[in-house]
Amino acid sequence: MDEKVVLWLEINDLQHRYVNAIDNDDIEGWPDFFTEDGSYKILSKENHDRGLPAPIMYCRNRAMMRDRVVALRYANIYEPHRYRHALGGLVIDETDGTQVKTTTSYIVVNTGLAGDSVVYQTGVYHDTVVKQDGAWRYKDKAVIYDTSRVLTLLATPI
Amino acid sequence: MTDMSTISSPPAGLDAADRSVHFPQSDGSQVPYKVFSSQEIYNREQERIYRGPYWSFLGLDSEIPDVDDFKATFVGDTPVVVTRTAEGFACWVNRCAHRGALVCRDKYGNAHSHTCVYHQWNYNNKGDLLGIPFRRGQKQGDVRLVGMAKAFNDKEYGLQKLRVENYRGLLFGTFSDETPPVADYLGPEMKPWVDRIFSKSTVFLGCTRQYSKSNWKLYFENVKDPYHASLLHLFHTTFNIFRVGMRARSIPDSAHGLHSLITVTKPSAEADTSAAYTQQKIRSMDTEFALQDPYLLGQVQEFEEMTTNHIQPIFPQLVIQQIHNSLVCRQLLPKGPGSFELIFHFFGYEDDTPELRELRLLQANLVGPAGYISMEDTEVTELVQRATVRDGDKTSFMGMGLDAPEQTNSNITENLIRRFWAGYQKVMGF
Repeated sequence: MDEKVVLWLEINDLQHRYVNAIDNDDIEGWPDFFTEDGSYKILSKENHDRGLPAPIMYCRNRAMMRDRVVALRYANIYEPHRYRHALGGLVIDETDGTQVKTTTSYIVVNTGLAGDSVVYQTGVYHDTVVKQDGAWRYKDKAVIYDTSRVLTLLATPI
Repeated sequence: MTDMSTISSPPAGLDAADRSVHFPQSDGSQVPYKVFSSQEIYNREQERIYRGPYWSFLGLDSEIPDVDDFKATFVGDTPVVVTRTAEGFACWVNRCAHRGALVCRDKYGNAHSHTCVYHQWNYNNKGDLLGIPFRRGQKQGDVRLVGMAKAFNDKEYGLQKLRVENYRGLLFGTFSDETPPVADYLGPEMKPWVDRIFSKSTVFLGCTRQYSKSNWKLYFENVKDPYHASLLHLFHTTFNIFRVGMRARSIPDSAHGLHSLITVTKPSAEADTSAAYTQQKIRSMDTEFALQDPYLLGQVQEFEEMTTNHIQPIFPQLVIQQIHNSLVCRQLLPKGPGSFELIFHFFGYEDDTPELRELRLLQANLVGPAGYISMEDTEVTELVQRATVRDGDKTSFMGMGLDAPEQTNSNITENLIRRFWAGYQKVMGF
């Protein structure tokens, strides 16, 4: 098969395993999708477009992601909820043999205790992906969200 | 425009239900739940508070750094635009003088003039009418079709203007001619604490927006409530982060109780850098939950007094926040009786080192919609909203510290909330 198609399939697989972990409550597994020095940031499109850096969540290594997971499990108080991510429009923007830059759109539908499912957030992932020990991992994942008004709070990563 | 005389007399059209709003105590310790869900009370707040003699926070001057920059925001639920002009700042109601359409549709931008899309009425950045299309009509063959009425005077058809004051980089707007200068409005207890944060030029780092299905006053109670801090926000407790020897301060504004200040201060010997915090300042009794990367709990000393927390609501729509090195102006915007929007305006200073700037961004993890020590706040205001929708005459009870209102060094007190409600009752005539 064409090398580009294989790469696209591999990245697509990574993206889907990533959202599958979050959507099925395996947030302990969430940091493992990153390299040890990988960074994760959730930033509004509004700030992103204006070149302003203030994030709503920012982990600059995997240790900070693990801390976020422990806080969510044991410290923070929020309504039990379930995300369902839908992904689309995965494009490989550039690749230089060691790292791959990609863009993917997402929609997160959230279901709370009352049982209504609402479109909680839409946006785009700007990812830099590297192969480490035979597996693709995020070196940098920037979540740029359109839904600038965050409803109530954001607990679970996107 | 609302002046003081109309504020002190009951507005016409107030129905019997409103007059029955009953606070059992004048000390603010019991609040009827009706104030969180009544549309009539909400309407009255819009008139008395947001059109009254109070300064509403519009934004930071560093958000609109260049001449002709503008920002669209709100005073209460009235859409307004604040602009930087050649002479200073202007603020006008974002509603065309012609047919009432929103003139400015962008949140931010740069424009020397603003044109309503509906009929292209054009205004300068101060809100004065510059021109209207077909004012003198149009020639059609030999006939001149008439345009705007002869009596039309464009001076009367500018956009409705608000007073604006730039206080040390904080932009405030008011509809009232009676509102005193901001320095006096802040008063002697609040002013030194505002001045402390705004002693030098700020750099705007962006904002986050949060929407809560609850009444704006529930959030105002929350930022005047040091009692909940260690009980609702379990982040520090869970990770066994002990903060020994901290000194607390909770001070209401003495004139009306509507503004207030909460601080938590480290003992001076502990004043330290983020690196030291990483190495040893975290005392953990049990290693089950220890932060793997505690760097974000560090603090670079910026102010003479080493406050870890400084939370200062300035009535009615500003909360100044310093948590470690995270600096924020929270703007609280009512969106009907059952909703509010909370906009965190993050900022730093022009002389920030790259390390300090990075620390401010890392500490954005502590606050805002996903904040380790703040995400619960909008959750609990919604819990109160949902549970109080019926039984408007039933009341809350706030008795913590009631017997010692002079104790301003306590963080297990509800004194600031009581003072707020006592002030609110006066403002609203309840």
